[in-house]
Amino acid sequence: MVATSSVIFRRELMAYFSTPVAYVFIVIFLILAATATFFIGDFFERNQADLKPFFNFHPWIYLFLVPSVTMRLWAEERKTGTIEFLMTLPVSSGAAVIGKFMAAWAFTGIALALTFPVWVTVAYLGNPDHGVIAASYIGSWLMAGGFLSLGACLSALTRNQVIAYIITASACFMFLSSGLSMVRDVFQGWAPTLLVDVLASFSVLTHYQNITRGLIDVRDLIFFGSLIVLGLVANVAIIDLRRSP
Amino acid sequence: MIEARKLSKWYGSLLAVDDVSFRVERGEILGFLGPNGAGKTTTMRMLAGFILSDSGSAHVCGFGVSDDPLSAKACIGYLPEGAPLYGDMTPANLLKFALMLRRLPRKERTERINAVISSVELHEVLHRPIHTLSKGFKRRVALAQAIAHDPDVLILDEPTDGLDPNQKYEVRALLRSLARDKAIIISTHALEEVEALCTRAVVIAQGRIRVDDTPSNLRMMYQGSTMEEIFRIITSEKGKVDK
Repeated sequence: MVATSSVIFRRELMAYFSTPVAYVFIVIFLILAATATFFIGDFFERNQADLKPFFNFHPWIYLFLVPSVTMRLWAEERKTGTIEFLMTLPVSSGAAVIGKFMAAWAFTGIALALTFPVWVTVAYLGNPDHGVIAASYIGSWLMAGGFLSLGACLSALTRNQVIAYIITASACFMFLSSGLSMVRDVFQGWAPTLLVDVLASFSVLTHYQNITRGLIDVRDLIFFGSLIVLGLVANVAIIDLRRSP
Repeated sequence: MIEARKLSKWYGSLLAVDDVSFRVERGEILGFLGPNGAGKTTTMRMLAGFILSDSGSAHVCGFGVSDDPLSAKACIGYLPEGAPLYGDMTPANLLKFALMLRRLPRKERTERINAVISSVELHEVLHRPIHTLSKGFKRRVALAQAIAHDPDVLILDEPTDGLDPNQKYEVRALLRSLARDKAIIISTHALEEVEALCTRAVVIAQGRIRVDDTPSNLRMMYQGSTMEEIFRIITSEKGKVDK
């Protein structure tokens, strides 16, 4: 299964770079990350040698860029009928799902790694806590993984990439916003504290912010790990149930 | 080698395939005939393990397609309807991709790819993205990936569709040469293909098998009729009552 997944992984990763999608994605991602950090996030005015403004915007950048990475994963296979070619090769649904997800995750990892000049800049200007920055990068990549797993799974539901994009963005927004104080305030006061806490604990934002403080807690790792695994399991189930192109 | 046992498939309230049973042995080329929407593609998809039957079972090379799908798929070469392929890949990469997924060792892979490129004549388009190729070339690439691993069973949904007469002739000659040690099912609308190529013809209409016989027996039964006329008689409502 590992061998099969790695063959599919390589094909999918190459597929990103064989079309302009990869380059457009990476350029937009880098521009947004830089703009958010230096202009909106007041990187210089804060006079602090850290990357908080940079990492604070990642959830919102992923919100509309991750669906563009995952929307093609299965919807395009259904639209063009290649799902029939792929699934009649001796390939298990699990191996195909993992291969595709890993390719999307690696691709996002490449885009994230290309933001290294921001790290270099802050290291040049001051004396930042490199441990916190490294942890934040890991947290950001894990959060991307959670969104990608969700997006890959939702992409398998449809043959229309636009629909895949919209439902993924909406689902990611739900996972993000459940931790916002604005949403919490709506529930606070009338809903039981337990419900408010559960809601917040399902928020990608809460767990991501924990990690960006420089503390990689097992609970946060379990959260992102579970989100990824759940998405993949649901993805396999959808592929097995809905085979028709 | 290939066995369909009482295969049935529903799409909502439509019974697309209704209690279809047949066997194909090594050395046979079975021509699957029928009007559009008769259930040919659905039956072939069930045999190739793409969709599951609602009742009945499919067996290939002794493996149940739903019990042991990976073993069954390993011994099948399948050309899906419309020959869907990854447009961003080149034929060379696509063949390599398919054979890597079929776990062929590197040396054998290279040999098989070279052999199949010659037999379906893909030299000139080998490194061009598939989405830029003509329909005929796309079909040949799809056929190449189906036969590349030298499978015991070939399931080919309209293998000559979109080919010019010369290419059709060559593909038929290729299939005839492959048939000696394989069991082959092809679906086709070209009735002359059944006479030129197939050792048996199964005619399916409205999901049910109407006829399962050799092309020469069919000709004897409907003396003086062309294959086209026979097809029309068998698949029409009148034919249903007569047969």
